[in-house]
Amino acid sequence: MSTSEILYVERANYLATIADLKSQGYEMCVDVTAVDYLTHMGRQLPDGIVPQRYEVVVMLLSLAKRSRVRIRVQVSEDDPTIETLFFLYPGCEAMEREVYDLMGIKFVNHPDLTRILMPQDWEGHPLRKDYSVGAVPVQFKSVNGAG
Amino acid sequence: MGKKMNDTGKVDGLSEEERFALIPETSEGPQEMQLLDKTNSNELSAEFGSTLRLPEGIDVDPGDIDIEFADEKMIINMGPQHPSTHGVLRLMMELDGEVILRTKPVVGYLHTGMEKTGENLTYLQGPTNVTRMDYLSPLFNELVFSMAAEELLGLELPDRATWIRMLMTELNRCSSHLMWMATNGMDLGSTSMMLYGFREREMVLAFLEKATGLRMNHNYIRPGGVAADLPDGWEDDVMSILETIPGRLDEYDELLTGQPIFRERVDNVGILTAEQALALSATGPILRSTGVAWDLRRDMPYLNYDQVEFDVIVGSVGDCFDRYSVRLNEIRESLRIISQIVEKMPSGDYRIQDKKVTPPPRIRIDESMEALIHHFKIFTQGFKVPEGEVYVAIESPRGELGCYLVSDGSNRPYRMHIRGPSFVNLQTLPTMLRGGIIADAIAAISSVDPVMGEVDR
Repeated sequence: MSTSEILYVERANYLATIADLKSQGYEMCVDVTAVDYLTHMGRQLPDGIVPQRYEVVVMLLSLAKRSRVRIRVQVSEDDPTIETLFFLYPGCEAMEREVYDLMGIKFVNHPDLTRILMPQDWEGHPLRKDYSVGAVPVQFKSVNGAG
Repeated sequence: MGKKMNDTGKVDGLSEEERFALIPETSEGPQEMQLLDKTNSNELSAEFGSTLRLPEGIDVDPGDIDIEFADEKMIINMGPQHPSTHGVLRLMMELDGEVILRTKPVVGYLHTGMEKTGENLTYLQGPTNVTRMDYLSPLFNELVFSMAAEELLGLELPDRATWIRMLMTELNRCSSHLMWMATNGMDLGSTSMMLYGFREREMVLAFLEKATGLRMNHNYIRPGGVAADLPDGWEDDVMSILETIPGRLDEYDELLTGQPIFRERVDNVGILTAEQALALSATGPILRSTGVAWDLRRDMPYLNYDQVEFDVIVGSVGDCFDRYSVRLNEIRESLRIISQIVEKMPSGDYRIQDKKVTPPPRIRIDESMEALIHHFKIFTQGFKVPEGEVYVAIESPRGELGCYLVSDGSNRPYRMHIRGPSFVNLQTLPTMLRGGIIADAIAAISSVDPVMGEVDR
């Protein structure tokens, strides 16, 4: 299996870097996802990269060169926004909506940034680490008169 | 498609070109759309692109509509309980008469938070969770998760385990494509195809059941190898599959490929060009049907796919018929791979003998206290995986199935993301449907082969 190259990109250079990679022959954006490193801030990063709470991960694929590249972008907790890739790779629309829905990262200039998997009126972003699991109380009540 | 458009004639005094043309740059820059209530239907249908971007919860009181003056465009819902949407897929379609203008696939009805669940399960429990995503090809989900975990662990699998994985996933590819042949036939009015497809699929599933214990959701491929060795006499079972199915595929050819009624429904319907498919990140049979020969098994080989011979099937037009023939012929290629696997299957261990990830053999548990403790520890606490992150992709029957796994060094994934091919491929629907008629939508949805369990996860 071919291993993929990993690029650490500053948020300010994000769009320019990916546009550059696209012109170098990375025709397809395979995946856009994000990780919430709230409880694992001490992860290994190369020198000069300041760890932030969120990390947006973009997988690009070049069919001609048969190679992959993975872009990791640090996104801060106070300002969880990043430029959309929609105008470079239209296929990102749904993937970015998924990241917004589940991780709460806002994609600037996205044409339709709405929830995709959760209901439209849902509050919170379930894949964040501070979103508790199993917090919905379930009550089992006996029927009156029975037992 | 073009022919059908002309049949409907001019609508609203606009020619076909005018209605579907992209809005050009104006002297004042790109033309902007007005708010929905200030936009008339002509402007709406001319909006750039084929994706409808409306709130999903929009509803209209029928009493508010003045039938006399209502324009001809309307937005209707198809699904989420429509029999041909393959599960709980809802499409909002903007229609002009019977012609589809823009579409919005509305998903999420089956969302159960499996990625979040995955963060709370150990690496050994992980395959049980992911196998339920794409329920028509469960072994692929298990494979991609296990391969990601193994890459983080740095495990080298025994040869036999790798070949068993290949055998089982190729059989699974057959059963998945056979299921698709069945449902596609059903959607297009061929009930006999539905019965034949299920009959052949059942044959494959019977073998999977014999080997794994379950027809679906096997939890057979696990980090470190597979759960059990192949059953005695597996060669005979596989050989009988290899002998039976090719003849049946020829029957399908007779039943469907040359049949005019079927061809009328699929030829030149739901066309996607190679450029569009690449831009929309489509993979698998959809990408190959447009003529792009891209198959991860050949182009980025994993397991032992570099040691078997097979052809990558491509189409030329990118319509529903090409997607049909790509899948039909992929079954033949899979069978070709399986026959090579049967010849090459080495003897040896079906899982890695690494005390860290492998539970002791069942017989040892009765004899030794240490083995019992070891067994207990692995199944209750699991094993720790070194820190790191990895993306692994394999070719599932629906396209590139990827797993992005982040480990913080504990016994549970810190983040487990599955790149579902159905989820991404589904987004090509608006482009395929634009300008077609509703009846074509059924053929196009079917040809995308979405599995909603994987779309919604």
